[in-house]
Amino acid sequence: MTTDTVISARDLSLTFQTGDGSVHALQDVTLDVEKGDFVSFIGPSGCGKTTFLRVMADLEHPTGGTITVNGVSAEAARRDRAYGYVFQAAGLYPWRTIGGNVRLPLEIMGFGKAEQNERIARVLELVDLAGFEKKFPWQLSGGMQQRASIARALAFDADILLMDEPFGALDEIVRDHLNEQLLKLWERTEKTICFVTHSIPEAVYLSTRIVVMSPRPGRITDVIESPLPKERPLDIRDTPEFLEVAHRVREGLRAGHGYDD
Amino acid sequence: MRNTLPVLTVVAAILVIWYLAAFWMNAAWVMDQAARADREVGFADLFTATMTQDRPVVAAPHQVVTALWDGVFGHEITSKRSLVYHGFITLEATLWGFALGIAVGVGLAVAIVHSRTVNMSVMPWAVISQTVPIVALAPMIVVVSNALGVEDRLVPKAIISAYLSFFPVLVSMVSGLRSPQHMQLDLLKTYGATRAQVFWKLRLPSSLPYFFASLKVAIAASLIGAIVGELPTGAINGLGARMLIGSQFGQPLIMWAALFAAAILAGGLILIVTAIQRAADRRMGVMR
Repeated sequence: MTTDTVISARDLSLTFQTGDGSVHALQDVTLDVEKGDFVSFIGPSGCGKTTFLRVMADLEHPTGGTITVNGVSAEAARRDRAYGYVFQAAGLYPWRTIGGNVRLPLEIMGFGKAEQNERIARVLELVDLAGFEKKFPWQLSGGMQQRASIARALAFDADILLMDEPFGALDEIVRDHLNEQLLKLWERTEKTICFVTHSIPEAVYLSTRIVVMSPRPGRITDVIESPLPKERPLDIRDTPEFLEVAHRVREGLRAGHGYDD
Repeated sequence: MRNTLPVLTVVAAILVIWYLAAFWMNAAWVMDQAARADREVGFADLFTATMTQDRPVVAAPHQVVTALWDGVFGHEITSKRSLVYHGFITLEATLWGFALGIAVGVGLAVAIVHSRTVNMSVMPWAVISQTVPIVALAPMIVVVSNALGVEDRLVPKAIISAYLSFFPVLVSMVSGLRSPQHMQLDLLKTYGATRAQVFWKLRLPSSLPYFFASLKVAIAASLIGAIVGELPTGAINGLGARMLIGSQFGQPLIMWAALFAAAILAGGLILIVTAIQRAADRRMGVMR
């Protein structure tokens, strides 16, 4: 753990008690996320990737091990508004305009009216939605709605962005476009991003590090440092380096699955 | 106006059935009278006689329309024989009961959603309250409020009206306030929102469509409550009292006219509530 470590998990375990007995959603997960990292979590369903993200966000509580975010407990970090969280569904309020939705966290956190307006304009610009402030969510496409939800997570300037399959429900063309935009946004804002996905190309294209996880019990099987440069045009996905990383991810996923089915 | 033809067809069918029923039900009396007077009646006479009785078993549509017209336009609106006068008495109790019902329904729903104890202790009683026949309860409420020295008949009527109308509001508001999904609640948690903020920013706006849908049921229930409140123990004002007078003093046409006046009033109230609901939906950005 260095001074630049933003998220640090040590032997993290989480067991859910269900009617059929206990489910080991996470077991002995140890990982450090450094400042400015773009870390993807990939694995089949049930591997605990979303649970891990929710533990970072203090939306789930580990049953074993420790986690610190910005050097403090996950709960303290949540109260400090250390992160913005983007869910799989955009989850915009249908009764609020796009601007009104971005304003929501700012209202709750007690920003002044003038600053709210200034921040809304800035983050909508950042996600390419300038001019859509007065539109209602139903007037926007799914991809635009998800961009608005990213703007909402950016509005209060948290240094960490936690994203739970944010593009999972979108078609591939839209997803490619949003991936490209997300990389640009990451570069401009220098945020630390934790990104859950089940798409190998998406994980490899976006990440500086890829965390491969496997289910029953949920654990980390491989952590891959990406050799790809920071500048990544979409066609980097056809280069040998890219394919090699993708191959290693696929191998990791297969190994994790091997003795199960 | 594609719907005009089917709607008119149904109205015509109802009128035909109604006329046939009036003929069928009123014929017995005509035949009886004829038998006593030792007369034969032809079909034409029989038909005419069934349509023009002063005390028909089933009033014919045109008789109801005439009585209604006379009740609405035939008298000064301050006259005790004016349906407008009685309609206003009933409307006043309905609106007070409606407002009271909304206040009680919303208030209880907010308490129920925020407290498990209230949920478990109040909800069963709310359900049981609606299984008690209101006609049995109404006289008690009237008598008790009289005994407590409340002179104005409006108060017990509004209470009876609210007794019926709070329930649909309560049930809908509980569903509405609980309608936000986990994700929405998690999102607010990540912002560190307080319980009050979750209520005002998420739960309350989410519940509004449920609220407005329940108002339609509640306004109809309010009207029924007000009318039932006018039936027992000597009320002389209001559409309910008018119905009772009509049936007790052998003037069925008055009863029929009051019945239809009440139906028209209900229709008007529901139209107004629907318009408010539409406006609210537009305001809330719901596509229509």
